[in-house]
Amino acid sequence: MQAVEIKNLSYIYSKKTPNEKLALDNIDLSVEEGSFVALIGATGSGKSTLIQHLNGLLVLQNKKRSSVTVNGMSAANKKTLRQLRYQVGMVFQYPEYQLFADTVEKDIAFGPKNMKLSAEEISERVKRAMEVVGLNYAEFAERSPFDLSGGEKRRVAIAGVIAMRPKILVLDEPVAGLDPIGRAELLSLIKKLQKEVSPTVILVSHNMDDVAALADRIIALKDGRIVADGTPKQVFGDRELVADAGLDIPAAARIVDKLAQRGIQLDKTIITMEELKAALLGLLGKTGTEKFQAATLFSDEVNAEERGDGSNSSESDPIERRSSSNENALSIEDGEGGGKDV
Amino acid sequence: MFKDVAFGQYYPADSAVHRLDARIKLLLTLVYVIGIFFVKSYFGFMLTAALLLLIILVAKLPMASVLKSVRGILVLVLITAAINLFMIKDGDVLVEWKIFVITKNGVHTTIKMVLRLVLLISGASLLALTTTPVELADGLESLMKPLSLIKVPVRDIAMIMSIALRFIPTLFEETNKIISAQKARGASLDSGNIFARIKALVPVLIPLFVNSFRRADELAFAMDARCYNACDKRTKMKKSTIGFGDILAAFVVLAFFTVILLDRYYFPTVGINIDAMIFGGLL
Repeated sequence: MQAVEIKNLSYIYSKKTPNEKLALDNIDLSVEEGSFVALIGATGSGKSTLIQHLNGLLVLQNKKRSSVTVNGMSAANKKTLRQLRYQVGMVFQYPEYQLFADTVEKDIAFGPKNMKLSAEEISERVKRAMEVVGLNYAEFAERSPFDLSGGEKRRVAIAGVIAMRPKILVLDEPVAGLDPIGRAELLSLIKKLQKEVSPTVILVSHNMDDVAALADRIIALKDGRIVADGTPKQVFGDRELVADAGLDIPAAARIVDKLAQRGIQLDKTIITMEELKAALLGLLGKTGTEKFQAATLFSDEVNAEERGDGSNSSESDPIERRSSSNENALSIEDGEGGGKDV
Repeated sequence: MFKDVAFGQYYPADSAVHRLDARIKLLLTLVYVIGIFFVKSYFGFMLTAALLLLIILVAKLPMASVLKSVRGILVLVLITAAINLFMIKDGDVLVEWKIFVITKNGVHTTIKMVLRLVLLISGASLLALTTTPVELADGLESLMKPLSLIKVPVRDIAMIMSIALRFIPTLFEETNKIISAQKARGASLDSGNIFARIKALVPVLIPLFVNSFRRADELAFAMDARCYNACDKRTKMKKSTIGFGDILAAFVVLAFFTVILLDRYYFPTVGINIDAMIFGGLL
């Protein structure tokens, strides 16, 4: 079944003023139920505009030409709009900035309350939502959301959305501004949410490593058009297309390219550190503890290389890149110990 | 919800009016506003409207952008009109029905009141439409400079004003974001009775205040980091100068003001009644 069907969707901001801007240009898109879709694209490519159509926050500008259907409900139908909003859980950028209640429990209960559920149902859902996002009920329920740490606040905000038990979860840059550990935790939380709460996930992200590791389908937007649509391997495998869309490739793919420059040819569709590690170990042909040492040594070298690369590449945020490659180093070492958390 | 806020919405265009010095524009707007309160005759209103149209044409503004600001005070205009129409009881009675009495005097006063309000708001909105907030704040600072002699912190006031102006669009954007987020959680902001609606605003206002304080804090740090107020005298990057256009604009507006004053105080004493000349027996 299709969770989302979008046909001929266009959207113009500030219509008929000098600031007029075409944000979406004839988008056709359908999302299969149960899929994890990553929406990528440079700033201003129309990602946010697109996702706001999914629950009717933005209204179709041309109802005759375009349509947005979510779980069989039209977003243009005002009567089912609320129903639609309960089905599409929307986690905006920096969701902690929308917290308002005096206790965590009340804030999370806001959505379910709007759904007019019974008191027992609400409190059951709040408890369950807190449990899923990893907030201890006894510890956090009565605290003020404004006294929590950044990561905890974000969990509260996400709990507030999933307490409505949406069928589709839409997240706009959910890890922005978190530290490396917070990011890793939140990303695995999103995977968990897909399994336990919302089978379909649409993730807007700028981080290609996250996207490569999590998504089973990537949709790249540029200037309001879909310029790439496929599995992460298909999309990132086409280096020209990715560069054309003004996007980056995952760190693992960058390493593959760097190695290729030095004469070591690896599969161009390698996009995660796990795959890269396996490919490199296959190349080295070593076994047991030797393998582990080789991997550890190698990852250190590669990270040093990556750091040098980050400073003169076009990406404006070398700090971000450094932190992500450190994480990758961790994941290689951890991976050998059997844990696959990252 | 906040889509139709016209005030403070600069309309970018390359025109002689846009290029005028902000101080001149501020002063001339003041003269215009004072002028309107001296207008008593239909001739005066026609003259004011003509001046307004002239400015709109020269400024290359679309009529809609000016009318938008009038829409904001439409309710006020209608209420004032209704009160004037029914409350003025002297003069020839035109219509009488139960307690409602409409007199000729009432009709004239009402029409003039509506014209005055509409022209006032349109004129004032021209300033905001053709001047960027930064130019406005700079202009105000320059005009208030004499007050610093009596220890009024003019510079800080100007800075406060420009920061406030600068953050109006940011706050609107932020408000819209929060509204979107709460709507996505099923909040209904535009249904129910007045009490339900006020209550529904709480989830919007609290995050808005919290975020504003956070932003103010960050801004203060950023200003400190760039040595705001570290020395007595701050220089300006853009020094505005008075040019030919400014003098011409001042001449036009002052001429308008003079005619308005003549129409009000001088013409009646010498027996000239332009309204009667134009409209004849119609009034």
